[in-house]
Amino acid sequence: MTNRKISFVRAINEALFIAMKKEKKVICFGLGVDDPMGTFGTTVGLQEEFGIERVFDMPTSENTLTGVSIGAGLAGYRSVISHLRVDFFLLAMDQLVNGAAKWHYMFGGKTSVPITIRLIVGRGWGQGPTHSQSLQSWFAHIPGLKVVMPSTAYNAKGLLIASIFDNNPVIFIEHRWLHNQIGYVPKNEYKIPLQKAKIVKKGNDITIVSISFMVVEAIKAINFLNQHKISCELIDLRTISPIDYLTINRSVKKTGRLLVLDTDNANVSVASEIVARISMNLFNFLKTAPKMIALPDVPTPSSFGLTKNFYPGSKEIVEKILKILKKSINTNKLSNSNDLHDVPGSWFKGPF
Amino acid sequence: MLKKEKIKLLKKMKLIRLAEESIAEKYSDQKMRCPVHLCTGQEATAAAIGLLLNKNDYVVSTHRSHGHYLGKGGNLKKMLAEIYGKTDGCSKGYGGSMHLIDLNVNFMGSTAIVGNSLPVGAGLALTIKIERSKKISCIFLGEGCIEEGVFHETVNFCAVHKLPVLFVCENNLYSVYSSLLFRQPKNRSIAKMVNAMGIKSFSIDGNDVNKIYELASKELPKIRSGLGPRFIEFKTYRWREHCGPDFDNHIGYRTEKEFQKWKKKDPIQQFQTKLLKNNEITKQEIKKIDKNLLNKINLAHNYAEKSPFPKPSEALKNVYAK
Ligand SMILES: Cc1ncc(C[n+]2csc(CCOP(=O)(O)OP(=O)(O)O)c2C)c(N)n1
Repeated sequence: MTNRKISFVRAINEALFIAMKKEKKVICFGLGVDDPMGTFGTTVGLQEEFGIERVFDMPTSENTLTGVSIGAGLAGYRSVISHLRVDFFLLAMDQLVNGAAKWHYMFGGKTSVPITIRLIVGRGWGQGPTHSQSLQSWFAHIPGLKVVMPSTAYNAKGLLIASIFDNNPVIFIEHRWLHNQIGYVPKNEYKIPLQKAKIVKKGNDITIVSISFMVVEAIKAINFLNQHKISCELIDLRTISPIDYLTINRSVKKTGRLLVLDTDNANVSVASEIVARISMNLFNFLKTAPKMIALPDVPTPSSFGLTKNFYPGSKEIVEKILKILKKSINTNKLSNSNDLHDVPGSWFKGPF
Repeated sequence: MLKKEKIKLLKKMKLIRLAEESIAEKYSDQKMRCPVHLCTGQEATAAAIGLLLNKNDYVVSTHRSHGHYLGKGGNLKKMLAEIYGKTDGCSKGYGGSMHLIDLNVNFMGSTAIVGNSLPVGAGLALTIKIERSKKISCIFLGEGCIEEGVFHETVNFCAVHKLPVLFVCENNLYSVYSSLLFRQPKNRSIAKMVNAMGIKSFSIDGNDVNKIYELASKELPKIRSGLGPRFIEFKTYRWREHCGPDFDNHIGYRTEKEFQKWKKKDPIQQFQTKLLKNNEITKQEIKKIDKNLLNKINLAHNYAEKSPFPKPSEALKNVYAK
C-alpha cells in the first residue's frame, strides 16, 4: 500500500473531496476555484461533484470573501478559500486580523470561525517582488490564527483535512515548487494533528528545524553529510503556529546544536523566533550558537540574473552545518547551480 | 481627427500590436523569464488615450500595461530589456514585465496587485490640484478591479476632491479565467454605477479607435480645466491567454466562437480598412509602416538580448532610498 504515490496537488484535491463528502457544511470558494485550471489543479472536479452552491467562483474581492467566510462560519459552515498567491491575500488583512483571528476571543468564546485559507508562495520565473512573498511570520504573529506549511504530499492531505475540521481560522500555505512533488499518500481519510512537528530523520550531531520547501533542500543536504559521517536530526515543523516546542526541545537537548531553515525573509521570522526561544530556554544545553538560514532582507527581484543566488539551498545548508561543526569537506559536488535556477524542474515552464 | 493624427494613431496601435506579438512569438525561447500579460486586441484604448495625453500627464497602470506604456511613449527597448530581466530594463530587472516605469514620459509605474495603483493615481492627481497645474493623472484599470474595495475608495476620494483624473477601465470580460457573469451583477452598468458615485462616466466600444479618440479629446480638456474626474469604460477583448504567449480558447472558460466574434472587431483592421476606403492611406504606405515598426521592434529585442544580466549581488542593493 505504501507504493500509492501521487502528487502534492492531487493530495490537496483528495483532501478537499474527502472533507466535502464527509461534511455538507464544508464550502469552497475563491477566484477561479471552478475554472479549467482549478487553482493549479487542486480544486479540479469539486464543482461537478458538489455543485455550484458549495463550490463557487468569486469576484476579485479578497477582503470581502474573507469576511464572508467569517459570517458563514458563525452560521456553522466551514469555508475553504484559495488564493493563487500569498501576495493577493494581503488585501484581506482587516477581515483576517481584526475579524477571523479574534472572533472567538472577543466574544467570550461563544462562537468560533472554522476557516481554512489556502495561500500559495510563488518562486522563480521572474515572479518578482509582489508574486513570491512567503510572509508566514505575519500570520504567526497574530494570536488566534493557526499557520500550517506542509512539505510533502502526505502532509498536505492530512494537514488539510485537519485544518478544515479545526474550529479556528487556519492559514494553509503551499509552496508552488512543492506542487509537483510525488509521494506516498494513503487513499483514505487521515488527519495529521496541528501543532505536531515530525522527526523526518534521526541524528545526533545537529538538529535542523525546517518548513515547507526547505525540507526538500534539507534532505539533500543531510544525505550528502551522511556520506561524510555527519548525522543530522531533521524536524519538519509542519505547523508554524503554534509551534511544537516539545519536539524541538527534546531534539536540541540531545544534539546540543540547532539550525533553523525558513522560506521567508530573515528579519522577525519564524526561524529567528525559534532561535531566540531556544537560546533563552535551552542555553545550557547548547554546544554552539543556534543558526538560521532564511532569505535576505530585501524584496524578491524579478530578473533571472538577480535571482541567481537569491534562494539558499542544500549547498548553503551543508556549508553552514560544516561551519557550526568546524569541519571541512569538499562541497563542489553539491552544486545547486543547475543552469536554470529559476525553475523547480522541467514540469515548470512559466508563466506562473 | 486630422489625417496626420489618424496616421499617428494607426502607427501607435500597430506598434503595440507588433511588440506584443513579438513577445508572444519569442517567449518560447525561454529568454523572457517572467509572467507576461499581453494586450493584443486591446490596443485602441492605449493608443488613443496615450496619443491624447501630454508628455507630462501622469499615468499609472496594472499588470497588463505594455500597451499603456508604449501608448504613452514609453521606451520600447527599455521595456523589452525589463522583460528579459536585463540591466538596461526600465526597472533594471528588479520588477519584470508587471512593473514598468518611464519617467521621461511620466509613466509613473504599473503594479501587479489588482487595484494597487488606483489610489497612487489619485495621489498624483492631488498634487496636480495643489499646484494648480493643468496636468492630468490617468489611471488604467481592468473591470476586475471594480470588485476590489480600493476601487470604491479611490472613486469616492477623487469625486470628493474633484481631482483631475481620467479612469480608463478596459472591460475585457474576464478576470484570469473567471467570467464577468460570476463576478458582477447582470445588466448592472459599471458606468452608471460610477456616475452615481459622483464621477461623470461613459461606456463605449473599446475597439473603435475613432470613437475613443473623439470622446477622450472632448473630455480631457474638461478634466484639465478643473471640472473633475471622468471615468470611461471601454468594452474590449484580450485575444491571448490571461498570462503568457498562447491562445487559450480550447481550455473551456470561453468559446472559440466568442473569440472569433471579437477578432472580427479587430481595432486595427477596422481602422485601417476605413483609412484605405477614404483614401487617407495607401497599401504601400501601410507596408512601409509595418516594415519600419518590425525593424524597430527587432532592434529592440536585439538590444534587450545583448544587454547584460544584473549581477546577483545587485539583488541585495536598492532596498532603501539614499
Ligand atoms: C489583489 C489581487 N488579486 C488577484 C490577483 C491575480 N490576478 C492577476 S491579474 C487578475 C485579473 C484582473 O482582471 P482585470 O482587472 O479585469 O484585468 P485583466 O487581466 O482582464 O486585464 C487577477 C485576478 C492579483 N494580481 N491581485
